[in-house]
Amino acid sequence: MMYLIAILIAILVFVIVVQIGKVNELAARLRGEEKAEHDGNEWNARMMLVFLVGFLAFAVGTSVYYYPYMLGYGPNILPTIHGPQIMQLFNITLFFTGIVFVITHILLFWFAYRYRNSKDRVAEFIPHDNKLEIIWTAIPAVVMAILVVFGLVAWNDAMSDVDADGEALGYVKVGTGDVENGTKNYIEIGATGLQFNWILRHPGRDGLLGTKNWQLITGSNQLGQDFKDSKNIDDIILDELVLPKGHTVRARISSRDVLHNFDIPHFFVKMDAIPGMPTYFKFTPTMTTEEYRDHLSQFPEWQVPADPEEPDGPQRWEAFNFELACAELCGKGHYSMRKIVRVVTEEEYNAWLDQAESTSFYLNEIRGTDDDPFLSRPTLQIEKRIREREAKKAKPAPSDVPAPTPGDTPAPEGQPLEGGETGSIQPLNSGTVGTSTTTTTVGNAVQSTVNSATITGTNVVNSATEAVQTGVNTAINAVNNAANSATNAVNNAVETTKEAASSAADKAGDAIDKAKDKAGEVKDNLLNNPK
Amino acid sequence: MADLKHNDGLLVEEYADYLYDGFHDHHHGDKYQTGFISHYIFSMDHKMIAKQFLITGMFWGLIGGLMSLVFRLQLGFPEASMAWLKPLLGKWITISEATGVGTLDPQFYYALVTMHGTILVFFVLTAGLSGTFSNLLIPLQLGARDMASPFMNMLSYWFFFLAGAVMFASLFLNTGPFSGGWTAYPPLSALPQASSGSAGGMTLWILSLVLFVVSVLLGGINYITTVLNLRTKGMSLWRMPLTIWAFFVTAILGLLSFPVLASGFFLVMCDRGLNTSFFLNEIYVGGQALEQVGGSPILYQHLFWFLGHPEVYIIILPAMGLVSEVLAVNARKPIFGYHAMVYSIMAIGFLSFIVWAHHMFMAGVNPFISNIFVIFTLIIAVPSAVKVFNWISTLYGGNIRFNPGMLFAIGFVSLFISGGLTGIFLGNSAIDIPMHDTYFVVAHFHIVMGVAAFFGMFAGVYHWFPKMYGRFMNDTLGKIHFWGTMIGAYAVFWPMHYIGMAGVPRRYYSFSTFDFSNQFAATNEFITIAAIITFGFQVIFVINFFYSIFYGKKQTTRNPYGATTLEWTTAINPGHGNWPGGIPAVHRWAYDYGKMGEEFIPQVEPVSEKEKEFDEAHPH
Repeated sequence: MMYLIAILIAILVFVIVVQIGKVNELAARLRGEEKAEHDGNEWNARMMLVFLVGFLAFAVGTSVYYYPYMLGYGPNILPTIHGPQIMQLFNITLFFTGIVFVITHILLFWFAYRYRNSKDRVAEFIPHDNKLEIIWTAIPAVVMAILVVFGLVAWNDAMSDVDADGEALGYVKVGTGDVENGTKNYIEIGATGLQFNWILRHPGRDGLLGTKNWQLITGSNQLGQDFKDSKNIDDIILDELVLPKGHTVRARISSRDVLHNFDIPHFFVKMDAIPGMPTYFKFTPTMTTEEYRDHLSQFPEWQVPADPEEPDGPQRWEAFNFELACAELCGKGHYSMRKIVRVVTEEEYNAWLDQAESTSFYLNEIRGTDDDPFLSRPTLQIEKRIREREAKKAKPAPSDVPAPTPGDTPAPEGQPLEGGETGSIQPLNSGTVGTSTTTTTVGNAVQSTVNSATITGTNVVNSATEAVQTGVNTAINAVNNAANSATNAVNNAVETTKEAASSAADKAGDAIDKAKDKAGEVKDNLLNNPK
Repeated sequence: MADLKHNDGLLVEEYADYLYDGFHDHHHGDKYQTGFISHYIFSMDHKMIAKQFLITGMFWGLIGGLMSLVFRLQLGFPEASMAWLKPLLGKWITISEATGVGTLDPQFYYALVTMHGTILVFFVLTAGLSGTFSNLLIPLQLGARDMASPFMNMLSYWFFFLAGAVMFASLFLNTGPFSGGWTAYPPLSALPQASSGSAGGMTLWILSLVLFVVSVLLGGINYITTVLNLRTKGMSLWRMPLTIWAFFVTAILGLLSFPVLASGFFLVMCDRGLNTSFFLNEIYVGGQALEQVGGSPILYQHLFWFLGHPEVYIIILPAMGLVSEVLAVNARKPIFGYHAMVYSIMAIGFLSFIVWAHHMFMAGVNPFISNIFVIFTLIIAVPSAVKVFNWISTLYGGNIRFNPGMLFAIGFVSLFISGGLTGIFLGNSAIDIPMHDTYFVVAHFHIVMGVAAFFGMFAGVYHWFPKMYGRFMNDTLGKIHFWGTMIGAYAVFWPMHYIGMAGVPRRYYSFSTFDFSNQFAATNEFITIAAIITFGFQVIFVINFFYSIFYGKKQTTRNPYGATTLEWTTAINPGHGNWPGGIPAVHRWAYDYGKMGEEFIPQVEPVSEKEKEFDEAHPH
């Protein structure tokens, strides 16, 4: 029925359109074709002027309306050093193009109106005018030259790399520089895109990002960090990007699968993430998130509830955050790769780092597991064997022991979280990473299940063995000096706290067994019912 | 054939004096193309092939336009139920059991975006525009009987048709059509594990476009050869109308750039099927670390944009040519600065080959390289500005008739200015940092090469419709179409500048994921409504077109616009070979309007003594 109506409407539209055309043609014939043509011509000529006025008014009106929305205008000041420079170039370009836009449009539509057809006139024969043509070739050429010069200066400023001329600029790695005496520090952070999330990595105290290798990627080691590289030992996987105000940040951008683009709109930061070829973008935040919120709070359009359905909730300016997005089409979840960027003062940053360094990915998730490349070392072997032996005794249910869940931001609305198909959108170091990995093939499913079991076990161990954690914490200072000594220190700590750990490890071992059983079950299921 | 005899009669009356028999023993009692199949389907007549290109292009234009409406609905009304599209889109609409609300699958959203881009860029604005008017006008305006190789010309259309058929088939695949954007960047396009659209959909997409490249090359070789070799007596290169110059340079661009695209596609196919790694490097996808190492995704981007950038000029140059001609004819004035116009076309054509990396400023190429591309890119603004100023000056002092063709030509100039100026922002790499891949880019290219090229095409269709069908399109409907489209197009694309300046990336299925994009619900709603209405005006055009083929006002005189060019010396319904008997000889350039008080002087009219004196006094 619906379709019948739709078809009828379509036919009706067709008939109406044809009739309009026919009626006008007939009316023209009745009035006399010449007169009708003349009237039509006059009407369209007048419309040219109407359109000109309307269009220019529309252009101005929308600019005013959208003024508070655009970055670099109204409340949306640019909190980086290179942002305002680029904005200045934008405004210079806008100035020149604006003049051209208005003048050419006025001439175009005015000429169209002014020289509308008249029977009393023959058009003038003006085939060309060399002087005019030279002028209007030269003027754009000069303007373009100006824009190129300004543009290239801004571009090369913005894109200069800290490594290439690091010495000249006085950049040194964070922690090694003498900030009080004016040496500039830069902080290198890692951002790796994958379908559909960003993995953010802080280099830890040593300021150096460890190497990674895509062949080492597993369910528990999502970046494929090579833990034989001591630089990796203190690297921290972040849920949100925390940056100190006033420090140069060099984002080392890479991708795990397809192209992504590291895009922080408010910072004017944008760079493709490419598998197998790290790129960079260097920027310096000049305002903290708090300062930016305070700034926004002065504007009425930000003094409204952030969520219209919750009038008593936080105001828009209070809920403001800098956001990291993806700006290169990467698949069906492209629009959902959101991370928060939090800019803080230097003191807050240092306090944060003191606290965050204990969350080193290696020490928390890798050490003493099958992913640990140092597992063959006697101390780690002992730790592992103790775990296994003790595991046979105690029997706590795995669910009793909460896996350490990071304070991950809630999944944004519309993000395709459901089902294994969507891939690794789940919080990174939560215990369920493996289970959410793609299950398009049975093999993958099995692999991920096994991974999940392993990680769950690992996490159980970690959270259960508080004593081990204590040992880990005591070892952290050693980590700052060298990874190997750190490992040894940790192992020593383990030895001394062996007894305290034993009962907890017991429980953990049992959890591992259970998880493995479960993995076996799932594996069987999957093998029997591939779908 | 009866028609042809009738034309013979008319010919003698009006233009017989100017004809000379350039090709003896040609077309006397020709039995060519008498059957239905050889006349309407496997036709080798350039005029019929032009119509085939046009109508196929219109078909694809409607499909591509409807696709954009579906994804515009998703953006404008994200909360609304799309359950009513379920019968058409099937599994791509998921209906929630609890609420009954139908939502568009993101995968299919991206497939729609990809198909919209591919179809509009290649099938409509390349084949539908350049294919139609190069075929129709090159022989007619040059005084040739047909293309240099009518057979290749026929093949050109049928390869295009085949390309379309394959693309159409890909819409019905279980894994969906290709969904990685019209640029098809690997690794996304090379890895079926990364996106279901990159499975069979991508294979068919590449196959279709390779067929399309063949079509463009067959056509292009033909256009170039015809322009160089089949000009009639007296038609020197500097007497050719600007349409022909534009088609000529367009064909050269296509010939030089499309094979590079094909090579890029070939390498993608190798990466997909033969485990090579031209574009793949250190990838972990679908729970597996791939073996391929050493390739570079950026290499593909170089290959793609080496076509991709000339491609936008392949689209816009024919539109410029058509507009130049329509403006001059209806302003009753010579096109201002003919030589400057030709040199601008050449300059734009040349520069289009050395600016491709301006699409890649933020793609991870060495920032130093961008310096060079910024310079060349901004230089393009100079010949473009010259063209704009010349079009405007053509109107100055004219005696302008506002028929639909002329309206669209004027609209084209406005759009080309608006869209071209934003190109100056984007071409400057520093500004490209915030603007790259945002809605600002979407606004820019839709206005400057999407809508503007469409306006050029509409100007051409309205203007040369009598040459194609011997009838006029309805004037009133044409004017409604123009004003609706002009206002509608700006309403759709102008606000996108602001969305882009707020930093919103393009190709987002949902605006609500991020706070910075979540403020544009009302704007998106406005754009969607404007898009639907604007599409409605295109339906009026389609109705007008097909209705007028059969019932339009009949063309009664050979040269209804008082134009100077050769196509108006043919019969109202020219037969095969265009001019029965001899072909016309040319004595002057194509723009003698208003000269010495004459309304117009056709190219076939010999230069009088008085005129020679005039020319000496006013050299040009």
